[in-house]
Amino acid sequence: MTHALYDSGPDQRGYFGEFGGRFVPEVLVEPLRQLEASMREAFVDEGFWSAFRALLRDYVGRPTPLTEAANLTRMSGGARIVLKREDCNHTGAHKIVNALGQVLLAKRMGKTRLIAETGAGQHGVAVATAGALLNVPVEIFMGTDDMERQSLNVYLMRTLGAQVRPVAGGSRTLKDATNEALRDWAATLATTAYVIGSAVGPHPYPFLVRSFVRVIGDEARAQMLDRYGRLPDHVIACVGGGSNAIGTFAAFIGDASVRLWGVEAGGRGLSVPGGHAASLNGGSVGVLHGARTFVLQSAAGAIAETHSISAGLDYPAVGPEHAHLRDIGRVEYRCVRDEDAQAAFETLARSEGIVPALESAHAIAFARELAGRLSKESIVLVTCSGRGDKDALRFASAAATS
Amino acid sequence: MFGARRQGRAALRVGCGNVVTSGLTRAFELARAENRAALVAFIMAGDPSPDWTPALLQALVAGGADIIELGFPYSDPLADGPVIQAASGRALAAGMDFDRALACREAAADVPVIAFGYYNPLFVRGVERATCDIAAAGFVGIIAADLPPEEAGPLESACAENDIALPYLVAPTTPPARIALLAARATGFIYAVSRLGVTGADAPPSAGIAACIAQIRDVTTLPVVAGFGISSAADAAAVAATADGVVVGSALVELVSRADSLASASTALESQCRSIASACRRNAEMPVVPA
Repeated sequence: MTHALYDSGPDQRGYFGEFGGRFVPEVLVEPLRQLEASMREAFVDEGFWSAFRALLRDYVGRPTPLTEAANLTRMSGGARIVLKREDCNHTGAHKIVNALGQVLLAKRMGKTRLIAETGAGQHGVAVATAGALLNVPVEIFMGTDDMERQSLNVYLMRTLGAQVRPVAGGSRTLKDATNEALRDWAATLATTAYVIGSAVGPHPYPFLVRSFVRVIGDEARAQMLDRYGRLPDHVIACVGGGSNAIGTFAAFIGDASVRLWGVEAGGRGLSVPGGHAASLNGGSVGVLHGARTFVLQSAAGAIAETHSISAGLDYPAVGPEHAHLRDIGRVEYRCVRDEDAQAAFETLARSEGIVPALESAHAIAFARELAGRLSKESIVLVTCSGRGDKDALRFASAAATS
Repeated sequence: MFGARRQGRAALRVGCGNVVTSGLTRAFELARAENRAALVAFIMAGDPSPDWTPALLQALVAGGADIIELGFPYSDPLADGPVIQAASGRALAAGMDFDRALACREAAADVPVIAFGYYNPLFVRGVERATCDIAAAGFVGIIAADLPPEEAGPLESACAENDIALPYLVAPTTPPARIALLAARATGFIYAVSRLGVTGADAPPSAGIAACIAQIRDVTTLPVVAGFGISSAADAAAVAATADGVVVGSALVELVSRADSLASASTALESQCRSIASACRRNAEMPVVPA
């Protein structure tokens, strides 16, 4: 059972309610239309989907497990906490699913070069991986501040044969890497596919990305029914741009009994200017990277600097579909601060032997809090969007110097 | 020579009911009458400091700019190359904002000035209010670099109400049917983007620009200006053969960034404008481009 909203996708102009659209320089309008046309052709071609599913099964290692976190459940003292283990994907996060889908589409369109932006480096590693597997050269745009913070992933991307293009403009982070990827694409459209890393950007990207990553929720829903004979009462995922969250929620939108929760990066607190990355909780409606959505910005419409302990959530906007889901009240969005995410990172490692990505740790922290308020009969499903190896290094060096 | 041109323009404006957009129309008519392309000069408001902008605008006018595009700095200028990105960053760091950019306009005397920027600052201010403020400050038009007509309904209405132009860009990727759509909805002029990519002087206009301009002329009588990558008098002369106007942006912004004083920046801008304006004059033997 799926919700009509999700079967139909956005409207003809790429809007989810009031959010989305295609706010781009003229040079990108026709290429986005071509992408949309190719996407619609591919999506009704069973051969395309079977190639995608074969890669997910034989290369990525899907379906990913559903793991009941018994120790964490005991510590929280309430609802059963069940993890959807996206950390078990090849390359360590759900990002590979979207990357493989978009690269298959790019090859179908005859593109011979891939570009992508990356913040934490997870999407960059995923695209570099997909490019290596499917024999397409890859260039990754990455802010110079992020390159410093995520040096392990820079090394991995290079090992996988990708070229990493440093972006020293603006705030030298994800939003600037995205600007630079779009600028490159405007000059190289004929040969190049832009593989966007989250459910953001101009139409059709939010819909394209969701169509691939919804395998997360589809699997989890079937696994819940199979193992527990029922749906979860609550479903939780972290939200930066929002791809793992939309991929998780997509399967449950039509299930009225399931409450959906998105968890944003509360950073140092919503009251600290530039101290968080919670677009839906602390932002306002604006236009960024081609979409009308919630944006962290100044009163004059300049895009704000953001902060999160997790680079993957450190983005000043959110996918337009999340803005719509908030608007219609279907998903509730909350914040978790840096220190609580870091505590959840350590707790999950010790209680379950699972080191989550700091992004995912935001969802885990909220799940613990929520589960503690619920009865033992309730079930809370949390998407653990990635593993925390990349973050362990950071804590290891902090521990060594303290 | 330049004094005479300015007088002429001022005289032509007298008695026009539609004073604001007619300033733009007159600029193109005057250039056409003199068998040359209009020089459309771009600088970034507030770069490197808000104090410099009035004098730099006057230098553009003195150098023979027929129309000015004044950049409104924005944090995420994704249609711009490194030169204008850096200028935008300097201007914001120096405290330039929307209201101060509006106030700069008066320094350009009676030369028509277009407000050039991105959509989000207009959207956040409120499209109607922003357009009204831009018109009241004496601008003749708005270009929003990331706003295709499909998303521009509110801005089109606001520009029509305030009698200011909303030109659209035509890119090398724009298919013919879409050129007709853009031409039908644009007001003031059409801006033909002369090559793929972003603004900047690092690559010259493509050879396809003349064909692109011809395609645009098939579907509209609006003036057609060409820009992106035009940095030298030679580039300008090549484009001026077919376009009604030649846009020079990054090359001028770069001159400002290299200058160590306002005086030297002004001198450099004026001299570069004069050189390009002169290159915009068509050969006496060349046929006048039909309207």
